[in-house]
Amino acid sequence: MPNRSNVNIAVLEDRAKFIRTETVRLTRIAGAGHYSSTFSCAEILSALYYAQMRIEPANPDWDNRDRFVMSKGHAAIGLYPVLADLGYFPPAELDTYTRLGSKYGDHPDMKKVRGLDFSSGSLGHGLSVGLGMALAGRIRGHDYRTYVMLGDGEISEGQIWEAVNAANHFQLGHLVILLDRNGLCIDGHTEEIMSIEPVHDRFASFGWDVQRVDGHDLPSILTAFDNLPQGTTGKPQAIVFDTVKGRGVKRMEMSLDWHVGNLVGEDYDDVMAELEAGLKPYVPEPAQ
Amino acid sequence: MTTEMQNEAEIFRGTTEGKTVFKDTRSVRGTPKAGMPAFVLGEELAEMAKTDPRIVVATADLASANRTNDFKAVHPDRFFDFGIAEKNMITAAAGMAACGMVPYVATFASFAAILGAEQIRTDCAYPKMPVRVIGTHSGMSMGFYGSSHHALEDLGMLRCMADLTVICATDANHLRAVLRASADHPGAMYIRLGRGRDPVVYDTVPDLTIGKAIRLREGTDLTLIATGSEVRAALDAAAALEKTGTSVRVIDMHTISPLDREEVAAAARETRAIMTVEEHNITGGLGSAVAEVLIDLPRLPFLRHGVPDRYVEVGPPAALYDAYKLDAPGVESVARDFLSRIG
Repeated sequence: MPNRSNVNIAVLEDRAKFIRTETVRLTRIAGAGHYSSTFSCAEILSALYYAQMRIEPANPDWDNRDRFVMSKGHAAIGLYPVLADLGYFPPAELDTYTRLGSKYGDHPDMKKVRGLDFSSGSLGHGLSVGLGMALAGRIRGHDYRTYVMLGDGEISEGQIWEAVNAANHFQLGHLVILLDRNGLCIDGHTEEIMSIEPVHDRFASFGWDVQRVDGHDLPSILTAFDNLPQGTTGKPQAIVFDTVKGRGVKRMEMSLDWHVGNLVGEDYDDVMAELEAGLKPYVPEPAQ
Repeated sequence: MTTEMQNEAEIFRGTTEGKTVFKDTRSVRGTPKAGMPAFVLGEELAEMAKTDPRIVVATADLASANRTNDFKAVHPDRFFDFGIAEKNMITAAAGMAACGMVPYVATFASFAAILGAEQIRTDCAYPKMPVRVIGTHSGMSMGFYGSSHHALEDLGMLRCMADLTVICATDANHLRAVLRASADHPGAMYIRLGRGRDPVVYDTVPDLTIGKAIRLREGTDLTLIATGSEVRAALDAAAALEKTGTSVRVIDMHTISPLDREEVAAAARETRAIMTVEEHNITGGLGSAVAEVLIDLPRLPFLRHGVPDRYVEVGPPAALYDAYKLDAPGVESVARDFLSRIG
């Protein structure tokens, strides 16, 4: 278990804010970007990279480092600033985001992005990647964990369930699903488009240990991480993070209009100011 | 047709002289029967893995059909059966490759290449992972099992993927050479095999360089450029043509991508005509790849011979090779017709 004595919740909150503001900044460079899918996982990414994962940014090829697969690759825009901030590459490189010849596209390329453990973009693949990483760790006698962030819409892909099934079969206790349960896919609410609930029961029925916590509450996220078992065998681990798509920007929260967008002018300034002010309590829109 | 091939044909036709056959694995592990060059896939990989700790092998519920169980018997800790979940297997292999392994994952070509095409492109080729996807029972070698189990499109689908090496193994000894050459080859590979009963072309393990064709026979009137299961048929057709005074060069174009363009160009310079022979849809495979080279060269008579652009009939493999003129007499007749037309 990582030493939590040095973990400062305020620092993690600040890094989550940094993920959001960088997402807004980089999107303006590109002219389009995935704001809301990134905002929903900002606290998870912050806790994972700044408090949980066993990594050495100065040694990105360390064999026994923890792995992270951003299976919902469209949220890479929130991961790049973290990797830069941790020292994997100069932050100034992000100013090239999506421009011709840049290392940093909307979906991430492991051959170009230092610190990125695998490429992604086509949904449904990442858990199989993590499964292979976990198997390789076992063969090689390493004890690293592999974390895979899945989107909730993504788990309608059949390959996810091939991997869910296999992870239980191979008893990969060091494989961890981080499900960003933000409620929305592109066309609507997941429960309207293609329902996944009760998702925790579904994972459990495949033999996984499942936790379900508020994915914007950093102490809860850390507690869930602390509950992960040690060792490389046993039940695979899933954490269902209940989140709000677009969290942190009122106009985007649980809105279907902001899966991809671009803020300019006063809208850009207003959203940046809103983010700088910090998260307000989430108040769902009243049911129509 | 040789005696060996006649024996094979008898088995293909199911006329095993009244013997009950209850499992479709008629070879003995490690010792392919004479005249029946069984898969040496698992055996060869097991041998390689004794000195190469990176090698890991997986299959999707076909360990006996593709002989990866021979690997499992020696290295059970480095063998995984993924069950009937090919997409997961191919992508997981990419994950293993990202952590230092060199995975060989095998299943029927129809599922490895056609079902798994996106996983091969996105997870293996694009990130340059050293995954070796092995498609066994390719072409129409599954005969009466039908088009769901045929792979007559795999070469066309995969050879247009960048950073993917596509190779057809010719026979058992050739497969050994391909596997040995593959261990340290950069990037992802697709290795296409027949059904494991392919007629012998190489009596010993050949010297093989990935991307470099093997010229098996010299000739000047016609070059037959064949791949995989059709190399033997091309050689036998060439021998028959020679008897009536036609000098035929035969090339084993085992690597489909990247293609040995120089060997094609040499044939175009030094022989009067070129005919490609492949167990693949006439569209998109070896013939198309060769045509892409020839279009930039001075014109010469050229014919693509393969399976017509439609789903083939059901039938025993030998009957299909006969019907589609892909056995030696068929190749010979197509070549004679071609030569008579070009004068």
